Amino acid sequence: MDPGFIAQYLLNGIVLGVIYAMVAVGFTLFFGVLDVIKFSHGDVVMAGAFTALATYAGLELLGVSDGMFAAIVITVMGIAAMAILGALLAKLLILPLRNAPPLNTLLITLMFGLALREAVRLFYPNGSNPKPFPQLLPDAAMTIGNLELRLDSVLLIVLGLGAIVAVHLLIQRTRIGLAIRAVAQDPETARLMGINFERVVLMTFALGSALAALAGITNGLYYSEVNFGMGLLLGVIGFSAAVVGGLGSLYGAIIGGFLFAALQTIGAVWFSVPAYKDVFAFACIIVLMAWKPTGLLADKSAERV
Amino acid sequence: MKLNWAILTIILLTFAYAGCSSEKDTVKIAFIGPLTGGVSANGLGGRNSAQLAVSLHNASSSGNYAYELVTLDDECKPNIGVQVATKVAADKHVIAGVTHYCSAVAMGTVDVYHKFGLPVIVWGAVLPEITYGNDYKEVHRVNGTMINQNEVAAEFMLDKGYKTWVIIHDTTDYGKGHNRYFSKYLVAKGGRILGTFGVSADQQDFNAELTKVKELNPDVIYFGGLAPTGVRLRSQMEKLGIDAVFQGTSGIVSDAFIEGLGPLSEGVIAFREGAPVENLPGGEGFIAKYNQQGFGEPPEAYGAFAFAATQLIIDTIEKVGPDRKAVMQALNATRNYDSIVGSISFDDNGQNTVALITRYVIQDGKWVVWEQSEYAEGKRRLSGR
Repeated sequence: MDPGFIAQYLLNGIVLGVIYAMVAVGFTLFFGVLDVIKFSHGDVVMAGAFTALATYAGLELLGVSDGMFAAIVITVMGIAAMAILGALLAKLLILPLRNAPPLNTLLITLMFGLALREAVRLFYPNGSNPKPFPQLLPDAAMTIGNLELRLDSVLLIVLGLGAIVAVHLLIQRTRIGLAIRAVAQDPETARLMGINFERVVLMTFALGSALAALAGITNGLYYSEVNFGMGLLLGVIGFSAAVVGGLGSLYGAIIGGFLFAALQTIGAVWFSVPAYKDVFAFACIIVLMAWKPTGLLADKSAERV
Repeated sequence: MKLNWAILTIILLTFAYAGCSSEKDTVKIAFIGPLTGGVSANGLGGRNSAQLAVSLHNASSSGNYAYELVTLDDECKPNIGVQVATKVAADKHVIAGVTHYCSAVAMGTVDVYHKFGLPVIVWGAVLPEITYGNDYKEVHRVNGTMINQNEVAAEFMLDKGYKTWVIIHDTTDYGKGHNRYFSKYLVAKGGRILGTFGVSADQQDFNAELTKVKELNPDVIYFGGLAPTGVRLRSQMEKLGIDAVFQGTSGIVSDAFIEGLGPLSEGVIAFREGAPVENLPGGEGFIAKYNQQGFGEPPEAYGAFAFAATQLIIDTIEKVGPDRKAVMQALNATRNYDSIVGSISFDDNGQNTVALITRYVIQDGKWVVWEQSEYAEGKRRLSGR
């Protein structure tokens, strides 16, 4: 195969991988600190994208025409709104259920996601239609042989990877990161050491949801379109990626995200009916999970038994 | 207590009086189409057109009945379609229906109409099997099928000198039908198909498929599917630098397609059965009256068919009375009925013959009939020519 095409497949896969990894990191963070699975995460991705879209409509009314500036404003707004939503969700729904069976948390977040999805569908103007997402990034492109290298794709990759690295640094190098890790390891001892447990949990949920908003906006800028149902598949893929990488492990989530994107791309190249690519990718995930039930990089499994 | 009874009696009498005093009985007709979701532009245009036919009739003093249009949303999803079809079919007050834009939905609902004996006229779905795949006397269709449009499409594109195609179709009955008929005619007439890709209708990422298409390097990408998927495909084609001609079907002939793409829609080709509304007998009048009503949405590609179907149903009910069976038999016997989409005659399967196929190209953000476009004059060129 021509190297240009291989590079093109690689580039497509990397953008997908960055989006999936951002979603998966959220799942892994929540599981890390509270051992909960938050099934509304995919819908938070969608809500982030729609918040950005609504902000853009507002900017248009104000007469802002600079694309880069608008892109920054809508991204900041989307991220801020979802961070607040994430923290509220943790405070009002997840923390009160901390001592209830985990199934309850799972159900309540599942229902919250459904409510969020239907609310956007019903209350956003024409919300059930796919919405064109504004093309705000420069559309310059470079053609190298058979590779079409677009500046906006490169920017999105840099932005996404940058965000993941920033989260990593935040967790490994800062005091709040230390607190998060302490709570993840042993909530009771962390509390005894004077760590404000609730604050750490709220911070973690804000962080994961902010990353989800960024994933949603990246998705919108990349495909120039968002719709109310986009969080459904993204949520399932993000969750699978996090589980296959090892729930609770940050690196695992990143590896899982890129692995899933790679499987999808390989599936699309191999099969003459590309509709099978998701079947292929999920089937591989099933096999991987049967082989390593605790994920590729999990280390928490022993203590959870 | 006595006073209460008196008041109640007066209220009841008032209602009874009001009931007697209305001059005409009201007959219900159902309209079903995609009012929300990706192809809602077509559904809303169809609904407005059907509503226009009803309003025009009710406003005129002629006729024995007044009509009420019951509109329901099938969301272009077969499962929802069957639900709403069952709802109207089970309602004894609904005498007939103007139903469905999406073929996949119509395929699911024809059984329901047959079971409940509700006569319907399909106004937009083009899959041949909807009328030809069964012998249900309840099902009729005013618009043509996808067979003719694909034959003309293959001939037209080969005539323009294109040699190689890649076919991308959605994996619903609708997309598969387009693939089947277009491939058949294209190969028979000497075109070459380099690859065929089935994609799911709600898929968002086509980069992997399109990179494969880029490798195959066809003259034309044929897309058998509806507008939302078409918009995604065309815009992602651009991002990968594929400059093949984008050839669609009647499923993308919609203002929403152009709106979703902006300038990228330039030079997209599509085919649709029937003449454009403004060239129809009575088409100008239809557009004028449509605009008078102040609807928020344009009639779109199949509005005229919905209008004609509704008028035909109203005229039939006027003739035979509001009885499902009588209406069904009268509809089956329809021959040379004069409508704005031309003369309507139903064959044994309830299918109207629409011989004319219109070729469209998008020029400056509008669907333009090919023969009247600057592309036909040679002022503009399609890519690869």
